[in-house]
Amino acid sequence: MSTRTLAVVSGGLSNPSSTRLLADRLTAATVAALRERGEDATVEVVELRPHARDLADHLVTGFPNAALRTAIGTVVGADGLIAVTPVFSASYSGLFKTFFDVLDKESLIGTPVLLGATAGTARHSLVVEHAMRPLFSYLRAVAVPTGVFAAAEDWAGAGAEQALAGRIDRSTGEFADLIAGRPVAAGPADRFAGTPSFEELLEGA
Amino acid sequence: MQFGIFTVSDITTDPTTGRTPTEAERITAVLTIAAKAEEVGLDVFALGEHHNPPFFSSSPTTTLAAIAARTSTLQLSTSTTLITTNDPVKIAEDYAMLQHLSDGRIDLMMGRGNTGPVYPWFGKDIRDGIPLAVENYALLRRLWREDVVDWQGKYRTPLQGFTSTPRPLDGVPPFVWHGSIRSPQIAEQAAYYGDGFFSNHIFWPPEHTQRMVEFYRSRYEHHGHGTADQAIVGLGGQVFMRRNSQDAVNEFRPYFDAAPVYGHGPSLEDFTAQTPLTVGSPQQVIERTLGFRDYVGDYQRQLFLLDHAGLPLKTVLEQLDLLGEEVVPVLRREFAALKPAHVPDAPTHASLVAAAQARPEAVPAR
Repeated sequence: MSTRTLAVVSGGLSNPSSTRLLADRLTAATVAALRERGEDATVEVVELRPHARDLADHLVTGFPNAALRTAIGTVVGADGLIAVTPVFSASYSGLFKTFFDVLDKESLIGTPVLLGATAGTARHSLVVEHAMRPLFSYLRAVAVPTGVFAAAEDWAGAGAEQALAGRIDRSTGEFADLIAGRPVAAGPADRFAGTPSFEELLEGA
Repeated sequence: MQFGIFTVSDITTDPTTGRTPTEAERITAVLTIAAKAEEVGLDVFALGEHHNPPFFSSSPTTTLAAIAARTSTLQLSTSTTLITTNDPVKIAEDYAMLQHLSDGRIDLMMGRGNTGPVYPWFGKDIRDGIPLAVENYALLRRLWREDVVDWQGKYRTPLQGFTSTPRPLDGVPPFVWHGSIRSPQIAEQAAYYGDGFFSNHIFWPPEHTQRMVEFYRSRYEHHGHGTADQAIVGLGGQVFMRRNSQDAVNEFRPYFDAAPVYGHGPSLEDFTAQTPLTVGSPQQVIERTLGFRDYVGDYQRQLFLLDHAGLPLKTVLEQLDLLGEEVVPVLRREFAALKPAHVPDAPTHASLVAAAQARPEAVPAR
């Protein structure tokens, strides 16, 4: 049995936040699904709200301060990433996008990612497909086929709640399969390791 | 160890007065600043190259020649020379000319330039930045080292039987540094040729500079130029001083808050904690600067950025007085006491001529 690291990025701003609530449901179900597959998991949650100013500073200065550097290190070194955003104006929130804007664009290549979004109305239910999935395709992460969207009504009635639970189980099962099928993550890559020698540079490598 | 200043040649509104200097004022101010640097006992003045407002320095060799005429010991350098968008033939000619006019008091720092729109103005493409830096510099070296050059490459017209004039002073090309904020390929290039590596060391945290310099040093040794601790390293730095540190903080804060590069972001306190920026008393600057050695090792050149963000000329000249009278003499003494004998000084024209004469043949081409 190996131990996998799960990073959870939650873009919710309120407390309690339905985004964080969904993130927690996805996390618990993933840990359970991994255990069924013989894998232990440790979980690190990155709430973006405390990093709002850090992220704005990064946009201006071009480097992360110590707190944000720690959060980024958590995400880029994980075996799997659960990324959950509230829907703002028909897409992921600006804060959520900013976090992924400041990552090295090669840092999530091949990482399994479970996508989740929350909104006040089910009319945003395709946001996972039309907004989040292209973002993670660009980052060449491996997004789980089933994304999980939860509107206000999913938290309310018994029938809707069951439908959400079914989507959570299906997505986290797919997610756990992806993680369990891969070698344990080695942590963040050394960005100097791939530097070509000067002989290769001269030859146009 | 060499100490000096470097400027990016920005023309910025003084945020405390709302006044923007004219180009003429700023250009004259830079000549005054350079002359003052020599007067207060600094070793190096380096000038940037830009081809867009709000910068004036599109023609660095013209400016540096004017400074050479007004000074007698100051080493003149660039910060940086655009090896990507300039024709290497013109760099070879211009800087050999400047080398003659300054009696050998020049070196250069190569940089790629990260302003996307500049590349097409000179018929280039920013996506070719690294290959341009590699090919152009390889040609530049040959133009300075071989009297007659036949050459063909990807990025400029071929040369047949071309001789770049004037030939380098005393047959010895200027020493070259390579500046980079983030590209390990440029550190590799510097290491390959045994050239100097200059880390900007202003915008990013010390850990980043440490990693880049470590990489350059290890590759310098790999390419057989000496041990890693003999590699030629330069650092930038940024300071603002007053006798009382709180006065420095109060006076610099409005310039920091509105600065073109990092303004409107982190607080002055956060940025000084996260980067090498030091705002305080001369003693604080001395202590912080001596600390650079802890993470890059013994190094050869320290340049400070003083004239930027709209600071008035009078203030910059006061900063130079503090640097020359109170800071650099102490740094010189302290760094010299710490440096082992086998670590070389930064090459100068005199040391390069002596090295060339010590060899059985002329400087070999590479």
